[in-house]
Amino acid sequence: MSSMIATRDAYGETLAELGGEDPRIVVLDADLSGSTKTGVFAKKFPERFFNMGIAEANMVGTAAGLAAVGKVPFVSTFAIFAVGRAWEQVRQSVAYPKANVKIVATHGGVTVGEDGGSHQSVEDVAIMRAVPNMTVIVPADGVETKAAIRAVAAYKGPVYVRLGRNKVPTIFPADYRFEIGKGTELVAGTDLTFVTTGLMTAQAVAAAEQLKKEGVSARVVHIGTVKPLDQEIIVKAARETGAIVTAEEHSIVGGLGSAVAEVLAEQCPVPLKRVGVNDRFGTSGKAEELLKYFGLTAENLVETGRELLARK
Amino acid sequence: MNELVTHLEEKARQLRVAIVKTLHASQSGHTGGSLSAIDMVTALYFHKMRHNPTDPAWEGRDRFVLCKGHAAPAQYVALAEAGYFPREDLMMLRRLGSHLQGHPDSKGTPGVEVCTGSLGQGLSMAVGMALGLRLDQRDNRVYALLGDGELQEGQVWEAAMAAAHYKVDNLCAMVDANGLQIDGEVTKVMNVNPIADKFRAFGWQTLEIDGHDMAAILAALDQAETLKGGPTVIVARTVKGKGVSFFENKAAYHGVTPSDEELPRALECLGCFEE
Ligand SMILES: Cc1ncc(C[n+]2csc(CCOP(=O)(O)OP(=O)(O)O)c2C)c(N)n1
Ligand SMILES: [Mg+2]
Repeated sequence: MSSMIATRDAYGETLAELGGEDPRIVVLDADLSGSTKTGVFAKKFPERFFNMGIAEANMVGTAAGLAAVGKVPFVSTFAIFAVGRAWEQVRQSVAYPKANVKIVATHGGVTVGEDGGSHQSVEDVAIMRAVPNMTVIVPADGVETKAAIRAVAAYKGPVYVRLGRNKVPTIFPADYRFEIGKGTELVAGTDLTFVTTGLMTAQAVAAAEQLKKEGVSARVVHIGTVKPLDQEIIVKAARETGAIVTAEEHSIVGGLGSAVAEVLAEQCPVPLKRVGVNDRFGTSGKAEELLKYFGLTAENLVETGRELLARK
Repeated sequence: MNELVTHLEEKARQLRVAIVKTLHASQSGHTGGSLSAIDMVTALYFHKMRHNPTDPAWEGRDRFVLCKGHAAPAQYVALAEAGYFPREDLMMLRRLGSHLQGHPDSKGTPGVEVCTGSLGQGLSMAVGMALGLRLDQRDNRVYALLGDGELQEGQVWEAAMAAAHYKVDNLCAMVDANGLQIDGEVTKVMNVNPIADKFRAFGWQTLEIDGHDMAAILAALDQAETLKGGPTVIVARTVKGKGVSFFENKAAYHGVTPSDEELPRALECLGCFEE
């Protein structure tokens, strides 16, 4: 059994480490520091932590100002508020000037659970992906989160990182090297490829195992950076396996599935199926129930894989 | 008047019991801010507002917007008690398929006017309702209940400016000033005080009361109705978690629900020994 850790916990830990390594790092939060785990940094470096209150737009603008005088601001709140409430501040004050602001949002997707549709961001990746200059990262587990946060701190420019609320299984080895813009082949396969991001990657690995028992060889390619997208690894998978299933804890409109569809349509059209939230808002429920409700499980991927093979 | 106050106080006590039971059943949701708001919610639903539980869309109704949408349990227990839907529904709070979503959702819950939950957006919608009702020459009033942490959102002050500019005197905002938000005391996280002075500077008429004094709540609501020429805000000093001693004034109980062990003790605090 692999260990379980929430990506937000991995973030809090790494951010506190980075604070000791780089005095330019400052952290801003909007009354959710316990939930986003920036509180870990706040405890260690209170003078470099700014709780901006429940005022996300002002928080993002302030971060842009801090970046303009040479600081490296990490800004955190729930995904719905980081991307929703502060969208135009992200666009104008951060992305347009290419400000060195890191927006690390937690509570992405439907696994937010009981809080319901008002709090479940199913469109944040699409919105951030559409903004020029923006890098978009969706880690699959704690190991990748730690590596990604370090890469993001070293990178100069605006980044959006989407993290989750709940514990997820660790799928990457401790020595995993994260590179912005690079996908990773996790499982080799020849009949079809699962191209996945976030917590759906663990589901895809499980689905590939199940399909293997049925004599189907499924490849799993994890996309940690949704933008810029690793087009090479996707086109290669399309050429070699001839069928692609994408999966994400996000709307099928505008996220990873759309990004992959764009690449395939232009470079290597093969049968494609997008698994994700089907252009709907979220709803209250337990995280596990919601993953089933929205069709975001290994079983759904197995079924979709079979369907797609029939079309090949 | 005294009889009415006693009646509403008892109603509020019963609704506190319902909040505690509901949140114990859901094991997810916001206890502190529901308990601090319930006296005002009770005064609105069981005395001040004109509304019709058997016809939630009745045109003659006054409107209520729970801007601090996380206190949905306070509104839900009032709606159930008033008869908008069966009390049993409360036990389904936040469950998959339930109409009682984690935050108020006008698509599914009878008696809920708009969707809230993202703080800072409610007052704008209340201003819009007040403007629209006035355009139609209706005398319906609009009530908006905000949190004090919520006042940190800039949009609240954009709405405050617009309400005064357009002189919407059919609008009454209420601030549940319990002094706490998630990360701690409002004054320490991001000071919003002095609240009444700020609203006054924005052109509002202000009333300041103890938000757990039922007679004072009723008097303020009546007075607000007589104040013409612009919007009125009632700044109500409250205690987060009010009524359950071990929840009171604790930021940690913002989003925590009563455990199995805490339930009987919480009910006891509320004079309820049936369990
Ligand atoms: C725009 C937005 N940002 C953040 C949150 C998360 N959140 C929910 S409740 C809350 C604190 C609210 O404090 P306050 O308004 O004082 O409410 P109360 O004390 O009455 O519970 C926060 C930050 C939210 N719901 N909406
Ligand atoms: Mg408060």
